[in-house]
Amino acid sequence: MQVFTKVLLKEGYVVGNIFNYLLKGIIPIIIGAVVLYGIIAKVKVYECFVEGAKEGINVCVRIFPYLLAMLIAVNCFRASGAMNYVINLIKPAVNVVGIPPEIVPLIFIKPLSGSGAIGVFTDIVKNYGPDSFLGFLSSIIMGGTETIFYTITVYFGAIGIKKVRHSLWVALIVDFCAVLLAVNLAVMLMR
Amino acid sequence: MINVIWFGILFIGIAFGLLTGDGELLSKTIVSTTTDTVKLIIELLGMMCLWCGVMKIAERSGLTDKLARLLKPILRRIFKEAGKDDKALGAIVMNLTANMFGLSNAATPFGIRAMEEMDRINGHKDVASNDMVLFLVLNAACIQFVPTTVVSIRAAFNSGNPGSIILPALCTTTFASILGIILCKFLRRYF
Repeated sequence: MQVFTKVLLKEGYVVGNIFNYLLKGIIPIIIGAVVLYGIIAKVKVYECFVEGAKEGINVCVRIFPYLLAMLIAVNCFRASGAMNYVINLIKPAVNVVGIPPEIVPLIFIKPLSGSGAIGVFTDIVKNYGPDSFLGFLSSIIMGGTETIFYTITVYFGAIGIKKVRHSLWVALIVDFCAVLLAVNLAVMLMR
Repeated sequence: MINVIWFGILFIGIAFGLLTGDGELLSKTIVSTTTDTVKLIIELLGMMCLWCGVMKIAERSGLTDKLARLLKPILRRIFKEAGKDDKALGAIVMNLTANMFGLSNAATPFGIRAMEEMDRINGHKDVASNDMVLFLVLNAACIQFVPTTVVSIRAAFNSGNPGSIILPALCTTTFASILGIILCKFLRRYF
């Protein structure tokens, strides 16, 4: 029996490792598979790749002004201290819903700035530890939802959309509801 | 709408900074943001060209059409107009898959590709179509199997089990996506 579990454990280990290896090599695996499929389908893969890559340059040029406009506004808001002020103002209200006040800065910065969110998140994990309630909760929050403003700017900027309609509101509401669910899940799993 | 939001964030930031005596800091932030954005776009440029190239091969060889046909039954119900178009659906599938594997670098070029196809279907208007908004919300909610950044930061701070947040995070993002789809269907007639 013992031998059997040992083998099982070893097998599990091996399978886990293979999975891990595949995950880390996912980029070359995708590229390799696409190129192989292309050559079998008799596509001129090299010329095709170059043609596509050329379009990539245009996309970058097109989204640059949108990105610059958004980043300047967000960075001014953050650097001036206005953001911290708003966070402090809103903390008591958010507390009522059950969100710990330490998490509020993370919730606020996440839709605005990806690098900022990683900074705040690292800070929480450093101060409270990754396995504490706050560390666990902030990890779940970080694990979902993208930087909404960035996504809207880049995607709609690329095709020149000026009226974004309900996209921002839906994204923000969904983001907030996801945070509420994360709080409940963390409470259920940790306490 | 986006005009008011951009103005609000930027102007509150500037006014707050100037009134609290952070004028110099604000100047520095604005100047450094411009160079930071250039750096960001240059980092993005390489990845964008790479994946646009790969995407072109996948497109020419018929691989994206095949993928699209595979997921068509599900996505057709969600995307009303883009669901009928193999090219748009192919790009949407590639984007969502890249997101699930945590490859946000690859997801952005695919996502822009998808937006361009939907723009073609929409007749190049400057108002976002229902499908575009839905696609954006799904990207903002972003279902992820492995939130790589979060797990590696947790590991860096000696977490006992860095991967313990994967399942709860998956729960929250799945919930967020479903909620996003429902909200989109409800709110689209008001915008």
